[in-house]
Amino acid sequence: MNQNSLVSISDIGRDEILRLLEMARRFEENPNRDTLAGKVVATLFFEPSTRTRLSFETAVNRLGGRVIGFSDAGTTSSSKGETLKDTIKMVSNYADLIIMRHYLEGAARYASEVTDTPVINAGDGANQHPSQTMLDLYSIYKTQGTLENLTITMVGDLKYGRTVHSLLMAMQYFNPVFRFVACDELAMPREYMDFCDKNGIRYSVHRDFSPEVINTSDIIYMTRVQRERFTDIMEYERVKDLYSLNNAMLADSRDNLRILHPLPRVNEIAQDVDDNPKAYYFEQARNGLYARQALICRALGIEA
Amino acid sequence: MEKKELAVAALRNGTVIDHIPSAVLFKAVKILGIESLETSVTIGNNLDSGKLGTKGIIKVADVFFPEATLNRIALIAPTAVVNIIRDYEVVEKFPVILPDTIVDIVTCGNPKCITNNEPMPSRFEVINRDEVTIRCHYCGRVVKSTDAVV
Repeated sequence: MNQNSLVSISDIGRDEILRLLEMARRFEENPNRDTLAGKVVATLFFEPSTRTRLSFETAVNRLGGRVIGFSDAGTTSSSKGETLKDTIKMVSNYADLIIMRHYLEGAARYASEVTDTPVINAGDGANQHPSQTMLDLYSIYKTQGTLENLTITMVGDLKYGRTVHSLLMAMQYFNPVFRFVACDELAMPREYMDFCDKNGIRYSVHRDFSPEVINTSDIIYMTRVQRERFTDIMEYERVKDLYSLNNAMLADSRDNLRILHPLPRVNEIAQDVDDNPKAYYFEQARNGLYARQALICRALGIEA
Repeated sequence: MEKKELAVAALRNGTVIDHIPSAVLFKAVKILGIESLETSVTIGNNLDSGKLGTKGIIKVADVFFPEATLNRIALIAPTAVVNIIRDYEVVEKFPVILPDTIVDIVTCGNPKCITNNEPMPSRFEVINRDEVTIRCHYCGRVVKSTDAVV
């Protein structure tokens, strides 16, 4: 077990989040350094995720480190029946840091317990994806100048969307107001509303993605409504367009409003939003590089 | 006949676990590993109980379990009371106490949880002592103890 591992965003508190955001800001000013010279980072992707893997590997490469690993478990010993523990122990002999993605929930927590090498979770099933949360936080921080006292509207799939759950947990320190906009089938789970109640976080629940909601938001966090989440396909057809955003809907929105989306987007944000300066989802993805550079340095105990 | 019943019921030395809810008696037997013991074991179930309606009881001769082992049944039988018997006398009596973490007892209900796919012990944290709700340390799945698969 290495104390610098990052499995869940709830492993770190307010001060650590702010420290990482500041570090990400410095990396954005100067992303190419040799901070990781001589370091070997393993990217173990037991499940393919090109976007996340490229972002992490770019982060390492731009800091002068070297990358080993695999992008598909089919080519490794796990396809021969090797346990995760054995794979992790083997890789620990070679690498200074393990960045892993796995299709099973809790895999990263377990991996962090069987090795002294630090582990960064790059997504474990539907469970946690803390580097996504860090880049979301950095995007909010950068566009609003603060994380404090913001009104954040979450739209779409609030039931299965792990990014909205993690963002909600991470924002607990910053006095947010949340709006949860979703149909009944994909509503925010009770446990997260209980979490808000317990921590004095204000929130309201909406079925309509209405102008009142849009025009009083600082951040709109859109998510994809996936067909496979519905037991009733008619219900999907009925709601799929209720939670999509087009440019006309932003006419009276606040100047500081920014639209975020973890991507990939399908039709929940119309193409005509892309040219609106309030659309921020492409820059958001780029922020992932700096947020991940900060997380990698934290995991290796390097002050940068 | 009456004499024989008494001989079974009385314990010279050993452990009596009383006030186990009838519905979970055999789960408690399993958790304590009583099946593999070789000393005399008496198990009674559906006995009248003022507190519980009906209850179960386990008497194990000549075995004194570590307290941590006994506390393993607190998850399913929070009302259970342990009596330590020496020379026919109750020398110690205490309730079982729910530990903060529950290791290798409950099977996680999430088929995609790592604990169901690797040779490793499960681990749950107690998140609500009143309702006895536990959360998987690995995947985060929350379950009430009454619904937990033991």
